[in-house]
Amino acid sequence: MTGRQRRSTVTFAALALCVAVRLVAAQAPAAPLGIGRPATADEVRALDIDVMPDGRGLPVGRGTPTEGAVIYASKCAACHGANGEGGSAERLVGRNDGDSFAFATNPRLARTIGSYWPYATTLYDYTSRSMPFGQPGTLAPDETYSLVAYLLFRNGVIPEDAVIDKASLPKVAMPARDRFVPDNRDGGSVVR
Amino acid sequence: MSDSSRSARGRPSKVSRRQALLTGAAGLVGAAAAPLEGQTADQAARVRVPADPTKIQGPGGTDVGARSPFERPARVSMGGGARRTSTQTPLQDLTGIITPADLHFERHHAGVPAIDPDRYSLLIHGLVERPMSFTLADLKRFPARSVIRFLECSGNGGRAYRREPADLDVTPQQIDGLTSTSEWTGVPLSTLFREVGASPKAAWFLAEAMDAAVMTRSVPIAKAYDDAMVVYAQNGEAIRPEQGYPVRLFLPGFEGSSNVKWLRRLELADDPFMTREETSKYTDPLPDGTARMFSFVMDAKSVITEPAAPDRLTGPGWWEIRGLAWSGRGRISRVDVSADGGRTWRAATLDEPVLPKCHTRFRLPWRWDGAEAVLMSRATDETGYVQPTTGALMAARGPSTSYHFNNIRAWRVARDGSVRLAGAPA
Repeated sequence: MTGRQRRSTVTFAALALCVAVRLVAAQAPAAPLGIGRPATADEVRALDIDVMPDGRGLPVGRGTPTEGAVIYASKCAACHGANGEGGSAERLVGRNDGDSFAFATNPRLARTIGSYWPYATTLYDYTSRSMPFGQPGTLAPDETYSLVAYLLFRNGVIPEDAVIDKASLPKVAMPARDRFVPDNRDGGSVVR
Repeated sequence: MSDSSRSARGRPSKVSRRQALLTGAAGLVGAAAAPLEGQTADQAARVRVPADPTKIQGPGGTDVGARSPFERPARVSMGGGARRTSTQTPLQDLTGIITPADLHFERHHAGVPAIDPDRYSLLIHGLVERPMSFTLADLKRFPARSVIRFLECSGNGGRAYRREPADLDVTPQQIDGLTSTSEWTGVPLSTLFREVGASPKAAWFLAEAMDAAVMTRSVPIAKAYDDAMVVYAQNGEAIRPEQGYPVRLFLPGFEGSSNVKWLRRLELADDPFMTREETSKYTDPLPDGTARMFSFVMDAKSVITEPAAPDRLTGPGWWEIRGLAWSGRGRISRVDVSADGGRTWRAATLDEPVLPKCHTRFRLPWRWDGAEAVLMSRATDETGYVQPTTGALMAARGPSTSYHFNNIRAWRVARDGSVRLAGAPA
């Protein structure tokens, strides 16, 4: 093989490699082990029901405290009490004097949506996925927005004429919002 | 053994313990009969066996084994009522470190769902290159891993923290029975996250169950690349329904509720989802008027399981103090035991294996002189963390904080040999 031939062979090989690399790169990146199958957009939509604090995941719909009061009486009051005072299920309504957050030292403080929940979006997420206890996951978006509005109103967080929807719910300022801190335990000699 | 008052375990008080179990379970097990005239309940409940088993052929093999009818360890419910939402492992009836799968503690929020494994799939999506769906067969095809690790509810031990006078007649099971240890087998979560092409922007992932609560928790992505697993087997067989059949998330050392059972979906995201469980429930109020959130790791803890209520020591002499220690941060490095209420301590022997994030069995021989004694155990883990006194933990957390009760437990042995949880100092 002459030197010229060798150079042209090397050039051709490099060119072929470049083409091959470009072909692979143009396709979707391959899964390392190739086990499982791609999920369709419909499959993801069917299960992706979560709501995040900034409102991501909230559906179209709306509700008011007045509308929520009617739904609450028929679907929630049996367990949570006529006024959210609790029953066979936990208390939902109430604020502590001065919005005290002394839960670690005062066992009598009531843990409610108004006194302890940091994010209003959590109320939508949980109500829509887990409630009512006997018929979980059956509330329509308007019903859920209405119940959320009613419970926020009864906890003194929003006024009675408020309308709750995907734009307004993430903006609701919960009384306990700034009370939560990250975990600072990390082993070692200090008890925290 | 000729002494008929002693059980097969050689534990004098075991008879009364079994009697209590039989009384409670009589209607279920069928072994117990109504006492005849002159019989005690325990005598009536005694299983009939040949007087001399060397003189009669025994029955042949069976498809599925069962415990000796003389042994009836059982979970107990924390609350009353027919609809149990949590049951506790009988720590005082178990030896070694492995919890039999049918005695593993339970905690569920909407009952135990029935799931057909042939229709099961796990969806992984969000901040990934390829949203993907995995069948149970797919998950079992991935390179597998088995680990022996504890799993503990973050509310475990509340009774040993508050020590209300009315709440002292409790067994190790009723105090600390929300912890269990199993061998878990499954796929490292990192393997699955590489398969879907997890984005470097993903900082958290949501784990979602397919029970009627559609239970959810957010977990930092770092745990996925540390030691998180998606598991389908427990102690060599498929996971039990109440433990998440067919597939659960397993996060070694993290509080139980984040180990989402009946796992149907993982969504990778830039921020935590702030679900109900991780905001309004599994958070820890602190004395400074804040509440700690995402307090996942279970700190080092230990409990003496023998002697403990309802044991009654039959007399002075040598007894072995036995118990369990564990830490969500790694291995137990030592356990110290005191028989005089914490004035003096002696290092206990740790049984092999001593595994990270796993129940560790400790033992110490103790010569009881017949006087009142207060038994305590104190675990230290490999980070140097020492299980705190109740006072130290209460100073850090406040008397009515909600979870992570890892203070030193104390048992008071009375002069008559009875053992009871020691109350708070007056």
